[in-house]
Amino acid sequence: MVGIVTYGAYIPRYRIRIGEIARVWGANADDISGGLGVFEKSVPDLDEDTITISVEAARNALQRRKIDPDGIGAIYVGSESHPYAVKPTACTVGEAVGATPVMTAADYEFACKAGTAAVQTCMGLVKSGMIRYGMAIGADVAQGAPGDALEYTAAAGGAAFVIGNDDPIAVINHTCSFTTDTPDFWRREGQSFPRHGGRFTGDPGYFKHVLGAARMMFDQVGTVPSDYDYAVFHQPNAKFPQRVAGMLGFSREQLAPGLVVPTLGNTYSGASLVGLAATLDQAKPGDRIFVTSFGSGAGSDAFDIEVTDAITSDLFTPGAAPTVTELLSDPIYLDYALYAKHKGKIVMQ
Amino acid sequence: MSVARFWRKQPQRYNLIGTSCETCGRAFFPPRSFCPECRRDGKIVDHAFAGTGHVVTFTIIRTASEAFEHLTPYVLAIVELDEGARLTSQIVCTIDEVSIGMRVKNVFRKLGSDGESGPLYYGTKFIPVK
Repeated sequence: MVGIVTYGAYIPRYRIRIGEIARVWGANADDISGGLGVFEKSVPDLDEDTITISVEAARNALQRRKIDPDGIGAIYVGSESHPYAVKPTACTVGEAVGATPVMTAADYEFACKAGTAAVQTCMGLVKSGMIRYGMAIGADVAQGAPGDALEYTAAAGGAAFVIGNDDPIAVINHTCSFTTDTPDFWRREGQSFPRHGGRFTGDPGYFKHVLGAARMMFDQVGTVPSDYDYAVFHQPNAKFPQRVAGMLGFSREQLAPGLVVPTLGNTYSGASLVGLAATLDQAKPGDRIFVTSFGSGAGSDAFDIEVTDAITSDLFTPGAAPTVTELLSDPIYLDYALYAKHKGKIVMQ
Repeated sequence: MSVARFWRKQPQRYNLIGTSCETCGRAFFPPRSFCPECRRDGKIVDHAFAGTGHVVTFTIIRTASEAFEHLTPYVLAIVELDEGARLTSQIVCTIDEVSIGMRVKNVFRKLGSDGESGPLYYGTKFIPVK
């Protein structure tokens, strides 16, 4: 049965505290952190971007399980911050993990859910027998304009999942999607930073689509929240996933392992997949995980995932790559000036 | 740097693909097509280095060329890979973290770019092993 064969995450080492950003813009740090439930966020190094984050996540996935890179028949990278407008991130990832040349590849963009769209594509190709393994990656060096509300959360990181039929560590029982044309968040061609509809991103955006996909999943599979051990939602801040989890009937305990946004920030296309990786880091055989992503524009992908005995077998070595908790440890904190330099917000002549 | 010149070196820069001599076992990076020890008795094959090694020596770059000045101060080191070959590379760490003999491993990073609209160059740097 199709599922996750291995996975890996990557988070840059640098952080900035929300209070430091608030200091620069004359905002009340306690109000912002209290409102968002986010206290610090990751920042890419000067030589890190979506390509390097994708490669590191992909290599971490392949460290945990020795699969033949030639067996990877597809690589899809979902991101809002592909370094090139024209030239695929996925090709560089394929070359860097030794999967080229017998593979297909493409870059995806669907705001924060492009990574889960990549998972669905790989599932289809594996189920149809077209490929043995597919690699789906969600990664971003998220953009937020100076002074914009997004700047308090826009972070850097990503996760890679290898999808296949061969002894998956977690089977994907079912997936479904809920998609509409909703202009809650966008970035026009040639623009450096995205814009958004403020509070409009909430009810008509995030909540309508996450609830739509989640309830569709319950209907199609015949489950209720108590059937799951863990739940992971897209996490642009800590409040939205906690509120939507409560509306659906999930507990804080089910949500806790995958809620990494308070100390990571919003990694856009990486957000729900890093949350899933953090949940798998502590999952045991038989655990059932409910995942619903969200991408502005807008849509949600829901997944019903069940962990198998393979996660504790000799096939899989979780300690061969860092856990999400380990990736979040030992940070280097930046002040706003160095953060602005790391993010390319200072124009140098 | 021309596009073709960098493209030719992608296997080396992305994945530390060098060569080794099957006759004497010596590994080479950058790749050699001829073993200086075994000469005509040598048999050269591709060799993928594991990416782990140690710092032989290092310097702190505080005044860099234009392409790298945004990175200053940064650590430039001679790294000896565990298979024996040595190469020069940036060590991605604070300047207080580096020391001679420090264990390092490879990471994938951006090496540079050809201006604002030219190609981006990626490859291997090293980080401390914790």
